[in-house]
Amino acid sequence: MENLYREHILDHYGNPRNQGTLESPDVTCEWDNPLCGDVVRIDLNLEDGRVSEVRFSGEGCVISMASASMLTEAIKGKTIAEMEALRDEDIFEMLGVELPPSRVRCALLPLRVLHKGLAERR
Amino acid sequence: MSGTTVLDSLSLRADFPILAQEMHGKPLAYLDSAASSQRPRQVVEAMDQFYQARYANIHRGVYVLSEEATAAYEQARSKVAAFINAPSPRSVIFTRNTTEAINLVAYSWGRDNIGAGDRIIATEMEHHSNLVPWQMLAQATGAELAFIPITDEGYLDLDALDGLLQENVKLVTFAHVSNVLGTVNPVEEVIARVRKLAPQAKVLVDTAQGVPHLPVDVTAWDCDFLAFSGHKMCGPTGVGVLYGRQELLDSMPPFLTGGGMIRRVELTHSTWDEVPARFEAGTPAIVEAVGLGAAVDYLNAVGIEAIAAHERELAAYALERMSAVPGVHIVGPPAEHRCGLVSFTVDRVHPHDMAQILDWEGVAVRAGHHCAQPLHRKLGLTATTRASFYLYTLKEEVDRLVAGIEKAIRQFS
Ligand SMILES: Cc1ncc(COP(=O)(O)O)c(C=O)c1O
Repeated sequence: MENLYREHILDHYGNPRNQGTLESPDVTCEWDNPLCGDVVRIDLNLEDGRVSEVRFSGEGCVISMASASMLTEAIKGKTIAEMEALRDEDIFEMLGVELPPSRVRCALLPLRVLHKGLAERR
Repeated sequence: MSGTTVLDSLSLRADFPILAQEMHGKPLAYLDSAASSQRPRQVVEAMDQFYQARYANIHRGVYVLSEEATAAYEQARSKVAAFINAPSPRSVIFTRNTTEAINLVAYSWGRDNIGAGDRIIATEMEHHSNLVPWQMLAQATGAELAFIPITDEGYLDLDALDGLLQENVKLVTFAHVSNVLGTVNPVEEVIARVRKLAPQAKVLVDTAQGVPHLPVDVTAWDCDFLAFSGHKMCGPTGVGVLYGRQELLDSMPPFLTGGGMIRRVELTHSTWDEVPARFEAGTPAIVEAVGLGAAVDYLNAVGIEAIAAHERELAAYALERMSAVPGVHIVGPPAEHRCGLVSFTVDRVHPHDMAQILDWEGVAVRAGHHCAQPLHRKLGLTATTRASFYLYTLKEEVDRLVAGIEKAIRQFS
């Protein structure tokens, strides 16, 4: 379990990919984890039904921020249906570490934000 | 009492077998007593014995076992009453916890006594359980909420309180000790100002974080209501206390209704039993109450003054050591005005990650908003890490906390 803060996770935390916000995004959502107050916002634009641009912002622990950074990389070029099909297990696989039970919610916050944003878009 | 008695925490730990274990291969340093304390085996054994030899439902049982169980339950009430210097055991009501005690006042006293345009004063440092019930009451009645602000040092701004104490104030409610800042509020001073400037107002003190650690005297304080939980003071979960001034309790309608709290029931209406039974509907947490009585015995035997002195010393030591670590920011006042808890943030280390690293060092702390979101917002923070101490906490556990913080800083910088 002490392998939680592996190099690739700390790398995404220290050098977040796709950090920032978009001017007038097609999909946007901000949501928090009420337990710890972590906040994640995800903005994305679609072109021909696929993600052309994506940014995340927010404030949180290593796990939630690394998960957000990895998620933005993973959904570039994806369709809405493909993003909707993403499951919790995909996030765990992406992070590639064994999460203590108390950190599962941190890891899943960005995916929840994405799904909420997609649902609200309808 | 002198308050100079030195606590022998190391020997006391023999009463807390749960503390003698390892986490991640390191000895457990349990620094989360503000969330819930551990309980000594004396409490667990008292409950165990009661279940195995003395248990029956209380009241109305015309047989020895039930009569004895009733006596034990009522004896626990007397012990609690004496512990807070209540004038009579009748003014002590057993609830589930602090939260339920406060809700009892909000629903029973509140719905009868608060109306549109009335003012309820709370503070910016309240735990959600001494905030949300008043929000609900204000919404239901059209009353307004006002808040005693906190100063930058983490004290209540008492001069601002004076300005709020107008004719329409019906209730002033505040924490004895803040569960985030650790501030010990000047209860008597607050109550004196209320009595002087708004004599019509009632006062509720939330001593969930006070009574486990400091002497509490409702008679000297002259408060109207007092709420606390058993599980933070070496007692079991599932039992808490509401103290109320006798005339007030006698005038209040029930909160929960059903069996055990009525005088006479017709098919369409009923009349209420006397206090405290009126407020203890249904079968109460009998064994937990007995356990709370045993916890009070334990705290009395150790000495609440000695516990207070021990924690003050630990808090002073922790503040000194932690503030010497670059990047560590402590919230709340200096040691002489706080209980044994320290909340802090660390540059570039999120509280969740801090708590995680500390866990791997065997140090159990809490990270988050500690059910005080408005306070964190006021402090400009989303979360803090909190280490909290009790009678069994050792100085070397504070050292391990500091070493863990330093390790986390190294790891993330
Ligand atoms: C100041 C304060 N008030 C109220 C509570 C609520 O106590 P309980 O959860 O036992 O009802 C707590 C517990 O954390 C507290 O610290």
